[in-house]
Amino acid sequence: MTKKITLKINGTEHTMEVEPRMLLVHAIRENVSLTGTHIGCDTSSCGACTILIDGKSAKSCTVLAVQAQGKEIATVEGLATAEGLHPIQEGFHLNHALHCGFCTPGMMMRAIELLEKNPNPTEEEIRWGISGNLCRCTGYNNIVKAIEWTSAKMQGKDLPSTEPEFV
Amino acid sequence: MIAENFNYDAPTSLEEAIALLHQYGDEAKILAGGHSLIPMMKLRFASPTHLIDINNIPGLSYVKEEDGYLKIGAMTKEVEVEESEIIHAKYPIFMDATKLIADPQVRNFGTLGGNLAHGDAANDHPAVMIALGAEVEITGKEGKRTVGIDDFFHGFYTTAVEHGEVLTEIRIPAASGNYGSAYHKAERKVGDYATAGVAVMVQIDDQGRCTKAGIGLTNVSPLPLRATRSEEVLVGSDLSEAVIAQAAQYAAEDCSPTEDLRGNEEYKRHLVGIITKRMLNKAIVRAKK
Amino acid sequence: MIKCKTSKEIGGMGHSKKRKEDARFIQGKGNYVDDVKLPGMLYMDIVRSPYAYAKIKNIDASAALAIPGVVAVVTGKDLEKYGLHWMPTLMSDTQMVLPTDTVMYQAQEVAAVIATSRYLARDGKEAVMVDYEPMTPVMDPFKALDEDAPVLRSDQEGKSDNHIWHWEVGDKEKTENVFNNADVVVKQQMHIPRIHVASIETCGCVASYNKVENHLTMYMTTQAPHAIRTVIALVAGHVGLTEEKIRVISPDIGGGFGGKVPVYPGYVIAIAVSFLTGAPIKWIEDRSENLQADSFARDYHITAEMAGTKDGKIQATRFKVLADHGYTDASANPSKFPTGLFSIGTGSYDYGASYMEADAVYTNKPPGGVAYRCSFRVTEAVHAIERMTDMFAKKVGKDPAQLRMENFIKKEDFPWASPTGWSYDSGDYHAGLQKAMDAIGYHDLRKEQIEMRKEGKKFLGIGISTFTEVVGAGPAKDFDILGIKMFDSAEIRVHPTGKAIARFGTKSQGQGHETTYAQIIAEELGIPMENIQIEEGDTDTAPYGLGTYASRSTPTAGAAAAMAARKLRDKAKKIAAHLLEVSEQDLEWEPGKFFVKGAPEKAKTIQEIVFAAYTNHPEGMEGGFEATHYYDPPNLTFPSGAYICVAEVDAETCDIKVRRFVAIDDCGNIINPMIVQGQVHGGLTQGIAPAMYEELIYDESGNILNGTFMDYLVPTAVESPNWETGHTVTPAPHHPIGAKGVGESPTVGAPPAIVNAIVDAVAHLGIKHLEIPVTPFKLFKELQKVGYFKKNA
Repeated sequence: MTKKITLKINGTEHTMEVEPRMLLVHAIRENVSLTGTHIGCDTSSCGACTILIDGKSAKSCTVLAVQAQGKEIATVEGLATAEGLHPIQEGFHLNHALHCGFCTPGMMMRAIELLEKNPNPTEEEIRWGISGNLCRCTGYNNIVKAIEWTSAKMQGKDLPSTEPEFV
Repeated sequence: MIAENFNYDAPTSLEEAIALLHQYGDEAKILAGGHSLIPMMKLRFASPTHLIDINNIPGLSYVKEEDGYLKIGAMTKEVEVEESEIIHAKYPIFMDATKLIADPQVRNFGTLGGNLAHGDAANDHPAVMIALGAEVEITGKEGKRTVGIDDFFHGFYTTAVEHGEVLTEIRIPAASGNYGSAYHKAERKVGDYATAGVAVMVQIDDQGRCTKAGIGLTNVSPLPLRATRSEEVLVGSDLSEAVIAQAAQYAAEDCSPTEDLRGNEEYKRHLVGIITKRMLNKAIVRAKK
Repeated sequence: MIKCKTSKEIGGMGHSKKRKEDARFIQGKGNYVDDVKLPGMLYMDIVRSPYAYAKIKNIDASAALAIPGVVAVVTGKDLEKYGLHWMPTLMSDTQMVLPTDTVMYQAQEVAAVIATSRYLARDGKEAVMVDYEPMTPVMDPFKALDEDAPVLRSDQEGKSDNHIWHWEVGDKEKTENVFNNADVVVKQQMHIPRIHVASIETCGCVASYNKVENHLTMYMTTQAPHAIRTVIALVAGHVGLTEEKIRVISPDIGGGFGGKVPVYPGYVIAIAVSFLTGAPIKWIEDRSENLQADSFARDYHITAEMAGTKDGKIQATRFKVLADHGYTDASANPSKFPTGLFSIGTGSYDYGASYMEADAVYTNKPPGGVAYRCSFRVTEAVHAIERMTDMFAKKVGKDPAQLRMENFIKKEDFPWASPTGWSYDSGDYHAGLQKAMDAIGYHDLRKEQIEMRKEGKKFLGIGISTFTEVVGAGPAKDFDILGIKMFDSAEIRVHPTGKAIARFGTKSQGQGHETTYAQIIAEELGIPMENIQIEEGDTDTAPYGLGTYASRSTPTAGAAAAMAARKLRDKAKKIAAHLLEVSEQDLEWEPGKFFVKGAPEKAKTIQEIVFAAYTNHPEGMEGGFEATHYYDPPNLTFPSGAYICVAEVDAETCDIKVRRFVAIDDCGNIINPMIVQGQVHGGLTQGIAPAMYEELIYDESGNILNGTFMDYLVPTAVESPNWETGHTVTPAPHHPIGAKGVGESPTVGAPPAIVNAIVDAVAHLGIKHLEIPVTPFKLFKELQKVGYFKKNA
């Protein structure tokens, strides 16, 4: 009943035998041991498992591993390069957009596609754009701020202040 | 949450997919976007023995105007509808609706065909298609056949798509003249299924008379519902405030919602009335632009 | 602006230092419990009851055991052989690990399936056949007290009803007198519904028992690793697993909020199975199990009353509570406080009479309740007092802001003795509310409210909550959990090169301890915070402590860090005197160095001093540079806040939108403004959640109706408004660094501000009160009752 598949994750090919029911998130976490992608629900509600498949943000708990055969998969582990952190990682760190860190990888992967399609999103567009990702810790203010900061950074614009407005 | 085991095939042609459906019989299911089916399988509410993934079949994904129709390939993803230029220019109702469907990641996978073929009155596109007077192309062993949207929904999770068939295209009479459409649903939070939703289409002549109207309702009856009495009062009218109020009242009266966590019958009828009124006004403004 | 005593490089208190823990989280290198993978590890899944109340007639595991890869199926009868089928709760009640004969709530654990993979464990679970004989459950806590109600806890000898305990505080007679003679009395029945912490990471563990060494390593999602180690020893000591043979490791935690304080049956089953098989056992809940079976929070039915004069002076309050605990009292409260710190419910107001009582009952619901981002039932108390204050203001015809200003305890009256026995340490309530009113433009909003009512499309409401929190349990004389006093600890080791590691008995679940504790030590010792490594969560290495919950980490462990650092500074002074060949009295400290008074060029840096502690310390002095402190707070800390919410209600659809929300918090001296603000943001979203969206709903048959994230409505970035935050500073006078806890203030303070705003929006239509969560549907029904839609038809 198993199928042989090859998953290309962050540029590296991994060949494995999987049952068709194997969820992509489990293949990534358990077969490839990339545990930065998390699982937070059973119903495609929380977005903790968000990755990119051919550049599109996807909830990897609702995709079968066999469906990802031949596709380019990107996970949080592939964001930083030899040159340093990806701007979204910098944005989240500098703007305190994470507390417990559990939703963070999924949130960042989603934000990457959001900024790819809409490099200058309004606050409203950001909020709707991350509406498939639940964060229980941050109250979202700083996630919005981080995405705005990253938008500026990626376009070489003046960077907004990362000091908290807490007076 | 883990599904029961099953066999998986990913055919690359429609013929092959249809042949596999016939080969495996009733226990085979088509995997389109999968974002309704896979969660149901994980919860073990559904346990097909075979999944036939039709994502690798070319030619089922497009949005185009042709032969007086807006044609949408069944495997067109919600996000592709959202980003289609023709949709932006002429069919804003889809912009209204897709924004309210689940969330961006789900819309990257969810397909229009799947949304209809799932046969769920809680989904949003059925009402939109009713309002727009769509017809659906279904492909089987014997070839293609076309079913009007009013004959498409048969029951809870059942549609005109028979076993061994695949929904392949959705056709909507192309917008022309003063044509306006709009959709809204009340939802408990973003991405929720509708507490109540209303899709509206109106066409207006140069004298301001309504020449054509369509109203579809979401999640307020066992099957996606056409608000026929509302449409009748609109067509031929001047779309005055009184006419709109009458249409809204008929819609509220003619649906048959049931109580659930989202609301009771009265509340849902109340919402249908208000949303119908608001969407008619919105569609009229759009038509007159 | 916050004044800092240290330079940015040292990064002591008041600096918005970016977090040290972020690096691993943003690169996918966090280590959460489901990331732990051990050789030979087996997976556990749990069979759960579909019924709320049923006899178990038979469990047939044969089909499950026939699945290749399924290793074992464990039932209550198996655990009974080892006396492990029941365990104590933190409130000294008892809870089933696995049932031998009766299930008491839907989703209760019935049997555990062990298999070689997660997938096979799930297949095994589906194949276990359980034969139940369903009984009629007791779901209504009021009916649970009826004389003819079935006695649910027949396992307790002599138990003849479903009553758990009665509690009371305050002067009943005095309060009654005030009520009898008062001009004005307002009274309201309210329910603070059952909710769930819903951290994005569920609960789970890897239990790894080494038979050869008779040693258990337990990786688990716990906020209190040390206390849990003791509990495990108490539960399993009789089978030979004694406390020195147990190591609890709490890795990175994906949100806790109080839900990761209790010991859940799954943990104990995993330990038992690992003990029996010798294999590491992984158990990770899925979301449905988490929502349906793990400890709930709240679920207080409160009858609240307030008495006062007709010109708006509050004179007395009286609260009567019925607490629905489910089938066992598995609360996480200090032992002597069955209602937690509910008695803080007299609020921020200066009056002298209050009486509160509570009764707890058993029902066929999951056990609890945990202190969900709330210092033990403070959320319930604050909701009651802040709703009553608004109702009282309405009744006497006063603006709710004005009425609060007139009734606040004045800043010069602290410490203030509350009628329920607290000694409020400090506060400046007038300043906080004034700041919030200025920020939001209170008086202009009142004008806009009138205009919008005239227009009639949307109704505007302005709601205030001016709350007092009580956090930092606590003084050891009053506070313990299972007898263990609620102090907390810090151990600092400074290495010869002047860099340090510090370990704590607490455990961060996102609060940023690795950063803030380092800042406290940097403040006291002048060592740059970047050079101070913080560790928590491993009972083998960290000093004993009661853990992180109830906003207690800064008040207790943060204080311990400062005290331990001060011990080291005292030592440093001696070494500096020795090195500079002066007497200690001649030395002065500035962050990072001791220098000779009047001769600042004669100085020794902390790094030089520490090096000397290992290389050239004075004769007779112990070498090394390490200190430990166990901090027993003399009092709790009393943070406060003034929150104002502006809500808009659609006059037709009843849709509710929070237009603006200003939160001014006072948590004393601030260690890291960025982190404090982040805590406030997050807490506010967890405040809007129960106010407008979240509630665990059961039907009469005991079925949960919203046990997934499809229907348990955790707010997204769309529901959550842009929070506007600010602060005032009233230091805690008894605390070494003048800090107060803050993590929970927003969760506690936000719901009444939101509800007060929504009630205010529709008050002119005849609405006096709305139960949370205030949904458009609920508001529709209430407006229907007052005939609103008829009038508008």
